Amino acid sequence: MAETRHLTARAAPRWPSPVLMVRVAIILAVLVIWQGLAVSGWLYRDVVPRLEIIAAALWTLLTHPEQVRFEFLFWTIETEMPSYYANLWATASEVVQGLLIGGLLGLAVGLVLGANRLMASAFEAYLYYLGPTPKIIFFPVMIMWFGVGSGSKVAMGAISCFFPIALSTAAGMRQIDQVLIRVGKSFRANTWQMVTKIYLPAMRHPIINGVRLGLGVCIIGTLLAELKLSNRGIGFLIIQAYSLFDMPRMYAMLIVLFVIAIGVNALVGRLGGLHTIRRS
Amino acid sequence: MTAAATSAILRSRAAPLALGFGTLVVGILAVEVLIRIGVINRFIVPLPSQIALAFERVITEEDIVERFRLTFFEALTAGVMITVVGVAIGILLYRVNLLRQATETWIAAMASAPTVLMYPLFLVIFGRSAWTIIMMGFVAGLPPVILKTIEGLSGTRRVLINVGRSLKLTGPQLFIKILFPAALPTIFVGVRLGLIFTLINVVGVEFLINFGGLGQLINDLAERYDLPGTYAAICFVILVSVVFFMITEWIERWLRPAT
Repeated sequence: MAETRHLTARAAPRWPSPVLMVRVAIILAVLVIWQGLAVSGWLYRDVVPRLEIIAAALWTLLTHPEQVRFEFLFWTIETEMPSYYANLWATASEVVQGLLIGGLLGLAVGLVLGANRLMASAFEAYLYYLGPTPKIIFFPVMIMWFGVGSGSKVAMGAISCFFPIALSTAAGMRQIDQVLIRVGKSFRANTWQMVTKIYLPAMRHPIINGVRLGLGVCIIGTLLAELKLSNRGIGFLIIQAYSLFDMPRMYAMLIVLFVIAIGVNALVGRLGGLHTIRRS
Repeated sequence: MTAAATSAILRSRAAPLALGFGTLVVGILAVEVLIRIGVINRFIVPLPSQIALAFERVITEEDIVERFRLTFFEALTAGVMITVVGVAIGILLYRVNLLRQATETWIAAMASAPTVLMYPLFLVIFGRSAWTIIMMGFVAGLPPVILKTIEGLSGTRRVLINVGRSLKLTGPQLFIKILFPAALPTIFVGVRLGLIFTLINVVGVEFLINFGGLGQLINDLAERYDLPGTYAAICFVILVSVVFFMITEWIERWLRPAT
């Protein structure tokens, strides 16, 4: 009997869920409307290119080989591959450096503010109100301080991610269970041991959340700086495509960039175990 | 309350404020001294006293009132658009559950996506005009309004809806009299977040495309290598965004007791 039920269940056709069907329908509708607009001639042909032209541009972007040069700190490698990857590498290294500098500073400031009530009352308001200001306005200052090269882009990334990470760390530190802190103190843990054994493990989720927010704004800050003034990186490629009015290439780059940004954001959240948090 | 207790409270509140403000003043004075003795290059960082003096020049000579009005108009137009469109989409998604399930994660992903990078695309579509800036502000500010509208409407207490039903309210009456007022504080949180994203993008795109109000002012001054003016304009933009942030926060607190 159990075998029969098992076979019946296996034989039953599995329909895709209604949610999946609606999603597919929405994507198809958008693609059909886009293609309709592209072939109708109502809009400029170059502004709304046909889907196959965008697909071809995407293919060329990701596969067409050129002589490229990778640079990282003191190392330089020359090879033949699509130039997109060399520029992606340039942007990624700037983002990583910006996240490291801004993140570590934000973590240190957040720990100090979270541990000391007087410091928090004195300085946290400044961070809280400076956090939502548009950071790109600091770019002329960063060019003065760090030059027109990658230094100013790294600085923009660092400034952008500093605020969410510092505020998130400070808030996370205040939420630590006091029992854990008392346990640490009863074991006579010194400051370094308290930070590494109690505070940081207990604040894992707020810190990862801050890093996730910080990563998003770090990517935006770095790319905006590249868009404004640079000769390499994804931001440079986008503004170059705009200058040449190569719209299919621009669409292709925006698609790839959005996929990467959303994917990295989701990956950081998953690696940090944010999906395991149960909401009360 | 005794005079001693009042004095102690005042002291306890005043001490952090004094520490914060005092540190800021000491920091500025230290920069002034370091530049004057040549430790910091004055062609990279201008004297804070020069920056303070440049405020008057920037306000009188750079037509800052008109620039502020233009930025305010762009942010306000985008703000009205995100409120109207965002709340309408939020209501639609609340009513059509299947559509909500299918699109809510997309909208959340859009909120974290670097949409501001689409500005070259908007430049091509709308030209180098205020509409490019307004539309960029609109795209950036829309997702939080939609998400918070859904959250606010879904979070309406069951008992309120049951009271409405027991009074035999029709669907639209239930929405206007019960659901919408109950969701309003949460919706405003979304509108506030949206307005912040909008302002960031409006000023950012003004700076990037060198068009419009306050963002363009910073770009203009930087290109003229007017360092004290650039720093003064940056301080002015920070001041404007902080005041804007505080006002929206105050309105949010004012709305909260309505729940």
